Amino acid sequence: MADAALHGAAHGAGHPPTSTGLSNVKLGMWVFLGSECLLFGGLISTYMLYRGRVGQGPTPAQIFDIPFTSVSSFVLLMSSLTMVLAVSAANARDDRRTNLWLTVTALLGATFVGGQVYEFTAFYHEGLGFGTSLFASSFYTLTGFHGVHVTVGIIMLMSLVGIFRRRGVPGSKAETVEMIGLYWHFVDIVWIIIFTLIYLIPV
Amino acid sequence: MTTHVQEPAGETHSHGLTNAGYVRVAVILALITALEVSTYYVDFGPFFLPALIVMMVVKFVMVVSYFMHLRFDHGLFSFLFYSGLVLAIGVYAAFLATLHFFLR
Repeated sequence: MADAALHGAAHGAGHPPTSTGLSNVKLGMWVFLGSECLLFGGLISTYMLYRGRVGQGPTPAQIFDIPFTSVSSFVLLMSSLTMVLAVSAANARDDRRTNLWLTVTALLGATFVGGQVYEFTAFYHEGLGFGTSLFASSFYTLTGFHGVHVTVGIIMLMSLVGIFRRRGVPGSKAETVEMIGLYWHFVDIVWIIIFTLIYLIPV
Repeated sequence: MTTHVQEPAGETHSHGLTNAGYVRVAVILALITALEVSTYYVDFGPFFLPALIVMMVVKFVMVVSYFMHLRFDHGLFSFLFYSGLVLAIGVYAAFLATLHFFLR
């Protein structure tokens, strides 16, 4: 009866005892990420359906700047590396390196978002407003949603750095870094799909 | 009512690769990205689309398996995530098929 409930913290798993022996926070995060697949799946398939509907506006081939977006993609990909190094440092209870890698990850994320703002501005000046065409609306909605996710991730990373600078990184807090890491990597894998399907595959 | 002691399910206490291992994975991901970008400049002929899709899937699986630690974690986490993914792919593939997207 009570035996299962004793799993978890009693074994030094870094989370309170649970009936499954697994961290409820981690379970919740994976359920959340699974549901996010449905959100982005909807946005991506809507874009795929409408990408050829350009009306009088510019076409994707006319406005996409592949070299620029490739650099942005590389920056986001490398932020996944710095994030996993932050998780590794947090597990090793190395406060200094944890803060360093979290800060670098946030900076790389901010670079990506800055690139996206620049890209949106350039597209707008080239005549691609949100309501210009179905292609424009679905493109801005999809990439905008992704950009908001990255921005939320940056806010979480910087909040963590602020909290850890004051309190240090005890063992239980390493799980918090890992959860934000999962979110961050998810944002990265969504961009892996967007970069291929939206930017590299022509209409 | 015995309280037996057993390992918490799925808690392998393994945090995945070493830092050098993560760097190696990142280098492979960067190389695949460079290959992806090269398809924009080099004509891959009939292999263009399949190659891009395969590279995308490989990158996706590598990040999920190594950076997100699914390969080293309890199977329930994989089940939860891939259930959402498979459901999304199924639902939206059906949605696109209904609108004749694949016949264009």
